[in-house]
Amino acid sequence: MAIASDIVKARPGYNLHIVKTEKYKTNTLVFKMKAPLTTETVTYRSLLPYVLQSTTKTHQTSTELRSYLDDLYGASLYVDVAKKGEYQVISFTMEIANEKFLSDPTPLLSKGFELLMAVVFQPKTEGGAFAANTVLKEKRSLKQRIQSIYDDKMRFSTQRLVEEMCQGEPYALEPMGNEGDLDEITPELLYTYYQKALFEDEIDFYIIGDVNGAEVEELADTYISLKERQPKKITPVQKKVEKEKEVTEQQDLKQGKLNIGYRTNILYGDPDYYALQLFNGIFGGFSHSKLFINVREKASLAYYASSRIESHKGLLMVMSGIENKNYGQALEIIRQQMKEMKQGNFTEEELSQTKAVVKNQILETIDVARGLIEILYHNVISRNSVPLDEWLERTERTTKEEIVKVGEKIECDTIYFLTGTEVQE
Amino acid sequence: MEKIPFGQLQEELFHEKMENGLQVYILPKKGFNKSFATFTTKYGSVDNHFKPLTKEGFVKVPDGIAHFLEHKLFEKEDGDVFQQFSKQGASANAFTSFTRTAYLFSSTFDFEKNLTTLIDFVQEPYFSEKTVEKEKGIIGQEINMYDDNADWRLYFGCIENMYQNHPVKIDIAGTVESIAGINKDMLYECYETFYHPSNMLLFIVGPVDPDQTMELIRNNQNSKEYKELPAIERRFETEQAAVAKKSQILKMNVQTPKVMVGIKATDVHLSGPEMLKAELAANILLEVLFGKSSDLYEDLYSEGFIDQSFSYDFTQEQGFGFALIGGDSARPDELTENLKQILLKAKSGAGITEESVSRTIKKKIGTFLRALNSPEYIANQFTRYAFNDMDLFEVVPILEQITHNDVKQAAVGLIDEERITVCQVLPK
Repeated sequence: MAIASDIVKARPGYNLHIVKTEKYKTNTLVFKMKAPLTTETVTYRSLLPYVLQSTTKTHQTSTELRSYLDDLYGASLYVDVAKKGEYQVISFTMEIANEKFLSDPTPLLSKGFELLMAVVFQPKTEGGAFAANTVLKEKRSLKQRIQSIYDDKMRFSTQRLVEEMCQGEPYALEPMGNEGDLDEITPELLYTYYQKALFEDEIDFYIIGDVNGAEVEELADTYISLKERQPKKITPVQKKVEKEKEVTEQQDLKQGKLNIGYRTNILYGDPDYYALQLFNGIFGGFSHSKLFINVREKASLAYYASSRIESHKGLLMVMSGIENKNYGQALEIIRQQMKEMKQGNFTEEELSQTKAVVKNQILETIDVARGLIEILYHNVISRNSVPLDEWLERTERTTKEEIVKVGEKIECDTIYFLTGTEVQE
Repeated sequence: MEKIPFGQLQEELFHEKMENGLQVYILPKKGFNKSFATFTTKYGSVDNHFKPLTKEGFVKVPDGIAHFLEHKLFEKEDGDVFQQFSKQGASANAFTSFTRTAYLFSSTFDFEKNLTTLIDFVQEPYFSEKTVEKEKGIIGQEINMYDDNADWRLYFGCIENMYQNHPVKIDIAGTVESIAGINKDMLYECYETFYHPSNMLLFIVGPVDPDQTMELIRNNQNSKEYKELPAIERRFETEQAAVAKKSQILKMNVQTPKVMVGIKATDVHLSGPEMLKAELAANILLEVLFGKSSDLYEDLYSEGFIDQSFSYDFTQEQGFGFALIGGDSARPDELTENLKQILLKAKSGAGITEESVSRTIKKKIGTFLRALNSPEYIANQFTRYAFNDMDLFEVVPILEQITHNDVKQAAVGLIDEERITVCQVLPK
């Protein structure tokens, strides 16, 4: 068993995380910028990385930049904007071949490093603002991406559940931002926001691969210069459920989407987080779970019926796709399974089975460079430091009683149904 | 057991053909937690017209039966194999494509137990009328889910446009109506014909000991009795070169229109190194024309014809092949027209420069290295390649041989007006 951990070097304004491993044929670099999710900034932050990745001061067009990436043996460069609890996290990722596997020995890491840093710190500008035509193109593209959420009904229904359930809380915001905000964003305003973000965001930089620590530190010191900062810390809004909410919406669809949101009142880093993970695993996380067995295998109502937890907000969400007319029956079965969980109606065997697959899932995730980064980044978001072996060990030690105790904290908040036809009660 | 080293890549592959014909490959990966295994039969949705092992003549089976069989193989007299895997800490899955059905698991401990479970469950079918009926509800929901998925409809709509007779145009899962007719005897008939070890390949990648693992498989296979299988006879009607339909519009509940342009390939009976080279050249061609570093991409993006969802792909198997290009577009008709024009001009070499070809080859080499980080990629692709007598580990040497002229020739061979079609999904 190979448990990876990162060496963290504090640098002015950011933390440098290095994981040295010979597992991969590539080196992976991920630059993360984190700030609280707010209505005012959400669309700015969503647009920003796309503008940055399209050009740099030295690569004035996308074609030039992309050609250069091809020349670096198809180094991949992409950006991502995600919601982690009530933070919005921007990631710039580069994966670049390790030249020891190539017949051409040109050193690639330093070139990739330089380029990634140019994307973040050396944008193409025009008179103190981002290039206007780049901003225009990326606004158009983002608008289309936001609209396409509606076209993916699984994604759409999940987003609608969260909006209904977390009304008024930052978590209700879609990390891609709002179509309506786009009109007001000018190249000047976006550039001003960019400078502010570089000044205030919490920044972490991860490098994974067969790298030399001293060389990486030197590269970082050459290309990154940031000011010290006190990043904003927030605690996600935790709400007591006063009354269960039921929302039904209708669209022209063949399959209805029944999604249910629960409040777990437990966050990553809490002592009972490990028990919550197992609770979710027995309930709906896997293909041996109660939801899969009872909604799909026994009742033949769905192809998918599962649950997952949002570790940094304290939510548990059920997702299922069912025939519109089976709404009542499916809801009844899901409620019944939750009741069984709360009453501790699961066997020792279900528990040990779930421990085995949870452990397996973690170990598999860290086999992938980006997966490992996401696992390590949990500690940044939660300001906890849970080493992986401790995570595994505490999962192993969790008892049935602890899981039942977790059940006492879980409350059903909102039932959301996207139906193709009118619902008959 | 033979050992095949790949020096530059620092990998070693172990191979053995079992007495019953099963091909086994093991790629040890040090430093990984996860072991991954796929057990694949060369049998997919297109194999719907064949001579069953137990019968004299040819039969035609209902659409979606290969996929249905995949679902049902997980169920045994004493319960569900998913349960067995998760007790052993593994996560299991399966998929059915046009030409293959693969069963797989990944685990970080109890590898040998899980491997035995995988081999045994695939080789010991149990179908009953009752469980077959029950599965129809579940797969019905899977079909409905895909019916609501605009990208899937666009993809199949485009393939449907291309093919007149070939079963590649049939949705892999079939339809609610077609699966209604499936019964347990049909499942056994397909199983007996296509799940013989000599039609299958087992691929293992992970931190495993190759000698010990091969020994386990050898013992497992020797303990089971298999009669020698005569060559499987499949039948395909002849297919015209031209597309069946030049265009199709699907109205769906979406906000953003979607466009997919397809080119039906002609050279569809290649195999081995020839096929590999043709496939790589076609992929390079698409990348040169439509990749993010091409001028054409930049034009399309600047004009607002495409967004980040734009993609392209070339697929080929025995008897069919196609290139697909498209994505979300606020201006679907202009995008369609532009893509067609770019393709037709490329037939005479436009947009294919020597410089862009050599750059793209570099990119492809790096992309291949990156893909080798993924056990799933290695196992799935190796199997697909092997079923077409190609070798995954020949990709880099062949990429290094491909010339500017090869790519221009690929354009001449692939592109033709009568073989181009378009499918659009438009808001209702």
